Amino acid sequence: MTAEPDGPEDRLRRFATIWSRAVFPVTSTSLTRPEFEQQLIPLARRLSEALRARTFQAAEGQAVGAAIVSAHCTDPEALSRTLDCVDAYLVLYCGEDGPQEALRTRSARLQHAMAAGFAQALRERTLSEQEAIYQAALNARSTVAEALHASEARFRAVFEGAAIGIAIADLEGNILQANGALLRMFGGSEQTMRGRRVPEWTHPDDAPQVWKLYEELVSGEREHYHVEKAFYRPDGTALWTNLTVSLLRDADGEPQYQLALMEDTTERRLLNLRLRYEATHDALTGLPNRTLFFERLEKALSAGDDQRFGLCYLDLDGFKTINDSLGHAAGDRLLVEVADRLQSCATAPGEMVARLGGDEFVALTIGPDTEREVDELAGRIMNALVTPISIDGRELAVRGSIGIVEGPAGERGPAEVLRSADITMYRAKSAGGNRFELADPEADARAITRHGLTTALPAALDRGEFFIEYQPLVHLADGSVHGAEALVRWLHPQHGVLGPDQFIPLAEHTGLIVPLGRWVLEQSVRQARRWQARHGGAGPLRINVNLSPCQLTHPGLVQDTVDILEREGLDAGALCLEVTESALIGADDDLLKPLRRLAEMGVDIALDDFGTGYSNLANLRRLPVSILKLDRSFTQGMQQFPADPVDLKIVEGIVSLAHSLDLAVTVEGVETGAQAEQLRILGCDTAQGWYYARPGPPERLHDLALVDATG
Amino acid sequence: MERPAWAPRSIDISVPSVSRIYDYYLGGSHNFEVDREAARKAMEFLPGLPKIMQANRAFMRRAVRFAADEGISQFLDIGSGIPTFGNVHEVARAARPGAHVVYVDHDPVAVAHSQAVLRDVDDTDVVAADLLKPQEILASAEVQRLIDLNRPVALLLVAILHFVEDADDPYAAVAELRDALAPGSLLVVTHASYEGIPLPAERTEGAVDVYKNIRNPLIMRSREEIARFFEGYDMVEPGLVPMPIWRPDTAPEDEDPYSFSGFAGVGRTA
Repeated sequence: MTAEPDGPEDRLRRFATIWSRAVFPVTSTSLTRPEFEQQLIPLARRLSEALRARTFQAAEGQAVGAAIVSAHCTDPEALSRTLDCVDAYLVLYCGEDGPQEALRTRSARLQHAMAAGFAQALRERTLSEQEAIYQAALNARSTVAEALHASEARFRAVFEGAAIGIAIADLEGNILQANGALLRMFGGSEQTMRGRRVPEWTHPDDAPQVWKLYEELVSGEREHYHVEKAFYRPDGTALWTNLTVSLLRDADGEPQYQLALMEDTTERRLLNLRLRYEATHDALTGLPNRTLFFERLEKALSAGDDQRFGLCYLDLDGFKTINDSLGHAAGDRLLVEVADRLQSCATAPGEMVARLGGDEFVALTIGPDTEREVDELAGRIMNALVTPISIDGRELAVRGSIGIVEGPAGERGPAEVLRSADITMYRAKSAGGNRFELADPEADARAITRHGLTTALPAALDRGEFFIEYQPLVHLADGSVHGAEALVRWLHPQHGVLGPDQFIPLAEHTGLIVPLGRWVLEQSVRQARRWQARHGGAGPLRINVNLSPCQLTHPGLVQDTVDILEREGLDAGALCLEVTESALIGADDDLLKPLRRLAEMGVDIALDDFGTGYSNLANLRRLPVSILKLDRSFTQGMQQFPADPVDLKIVEGIVSLAHSLDLAVTVEGVETGAQAEQLRILGCDTAQGWYYARPGPPERLHDLALVDATG
Repeated sequence: MERPAWAPRSIDISVPSVSRIYDYYLGGSHNFEVDREAARKAMEFLPGLPKIMQANRAFMRRAVRFAADEGISQFLDIGSGIPTFGNVHEVARAARPGAHVVYVDHDPVAVAHSQAVLRDVDDTDVVAADLLKPQEILASAEVQRLIDLNRPVALLLVAILHFVEDADDPYAAVAELRDALAPGSLLVVTHASYEGIPLPAERTEGAVDVYKNIRNPLIMRSREEIARFFEGYDMVEPGLVPMPIWRPDTAPEDEDPYSFSGFAGVGRTA
């Protein structure tokens, strides 16, 4: 809109400009001043028209006053400035040429109306804004209340529906609230729970720290604690729980409530106890088992000063026979009866009886005075077994062997003690059984070695711990190497190299001698074949291999020997099997048959250790032997010079006898040149001993033979 | 323990609220006596506070128009407070009909009031959420419904960042929001500062103490510290400046001296 300079429109705008400049600084509008001025122009126009209207209309003034409030001029200063402006300039810019006095009066009346309109509008606006903000606060509160309600409903659902028991109490211990799970655990109603106090919930099984933790919590020194705790149910039974108690503080951090969360572990605990019982007791007899016994023994052995222990290790004599002849059911009943009797022997505090397995039982006593007590305990056990046990109408006499170990705590471990008891028990058993023996360190040591070697033997063969040394056999006539005797050795991982006398009897005892003997024969034959191949020109080297009595009776002897010879490609005539004289004493034809078969094939049989046993000279004819090996005891007398004349006569006689029976004679233990010379003169055929060479690895014999061949 | 989203804090109108104090400064009556008392106390130290608020509103108005002129039609106003007049949606709609606006505030009364005011306004909504939890804001149903994060957004943080202490790491929250915005988005910030206030710092501190006493500490930051909020943005001309100097419609010389307190700026994401 254009305005003619100083025309009415232009003057109206100038009024609006002045007005806007006056008021703008006290408005809160975010408009610019020119924008604000644009808002005032229509208001100025209304004022201008009302000024000049024929009749005064208060409503126009009021409307303009209200419009100022709508333009966000809510500060009373805005009204003041507006009225100043109207008073000073409205008539001047908008009065045109009207009567000044009347215009001024009209302007004054308009100002009154504007003030009233402003006040009215501001009041309305203030009230409506106050209403709005209160409404907003209410709405916000109800939103929060709804959310709180929803959240409380959720919490309540959690509280009520939780599978764990929840209770809230004040710091004096008064129960304020408990959930359904907790009531069910206690088997009570809410009434019975209300009014209860936490400190009443003591139980004899409470751990010592339980109530100390509680006091710390309610006094605010502790935020929470976790314990395993038992409670009494109204019916007197025990409720076991995993209990967590937490301190609840208010917004200022002051302790206010205690919160208990509990999980019913009664069933689990019973199950655990049962599992524990089953794991630690023998199902047949109900006695503590090996596991529990070891726990107790370990505890006894780690007890403090002045504490001692006594252990009886019982093994029934001949139980296997009962089991084999009467059956396992009868055997089991016998064991149950024995267990009952043993149980009645160990009733004092600190005494226990356990079944280790099979027919092995142990009784343990602990305390400061076990030296005496363990003897009495063993005596009671022997006594308890005296009365025969009646099974299926049979009266079975039960005997047992007991090994006793007694000593101070803190010196030995359970395994060591038990082993000692075991060995001692075997000692009692080998002394005829039905007795008890006291452990003795020396006997233990012997038995431990013997026992250890016996148990280590089978694995030793698999692990290749055996090896063979060879001792040369020399022709006395010309000193040439005639062959060698194979001597087996055991390279034991702990004990070092062991000679045959240390383990062959054990191998005989366990039957391992058969596979071991076969292995020795195989190795020796292979070695002999190797020697022959390497210096065939010097004539065949013979190999002597020892046969133990056990091997002699083994049905596979002949077949095994034939197989090995064939496989290795050695002529039967190059092998000599040495059999001790004692093994053939009283031998019948059945026993001799395999030897005969071997002899027929060309294998030489030597009678070893000749002269040490009960030599039945007449029997010699019957035996399929071709060589006599004189025991070293005959040659010992020839070590000095001059030689013992009696020994000389005996040897001379034996050689003469042997030669007349067409037997060759070999002497062992030749240690000096004088001996060798003497034996040659006496007519012995071959000799062996340190004078020539000690037993050694096969290479050494090979070297000897080479020297012999070239020399 | 962190308060779950479904358990809002309780409402205590006996505690002054910064949004209602702001309303009072702007001549409004959306406030309670506790708010007015705090506002009057602060004004004893800084009588020009209303002018600073007014300058804030005027700057916001220019910035929203600028954004609309830049082609932006989505506005996210965090810390929107009590809607009085000259609100973002009014300015934005005037410049760009159909613009979408989402207001965010953590004051439940401000949110309730906004809901009442916006009840009949299309494409505009309010979210009750905290600036410090940008993911809650971005994942809210209102933002999901009204803001397309694949297109540029004008993010308004007007007179809010100076209510967040460094310990709460407002920089991280602002950076997280920035990372969610499409290229070409704008960040609109005003922030209180000791710089530019036409009074000795001791006087200003009196006002600062008032906010501290109502448990809404006012964090005065230097221009440099404020500029760090724009990390990852290119500053729009004339940069970070006193409010009246930012793209003024009228000569800044005419402005009240108080309106030069603090800084305002707009940045654009690359």
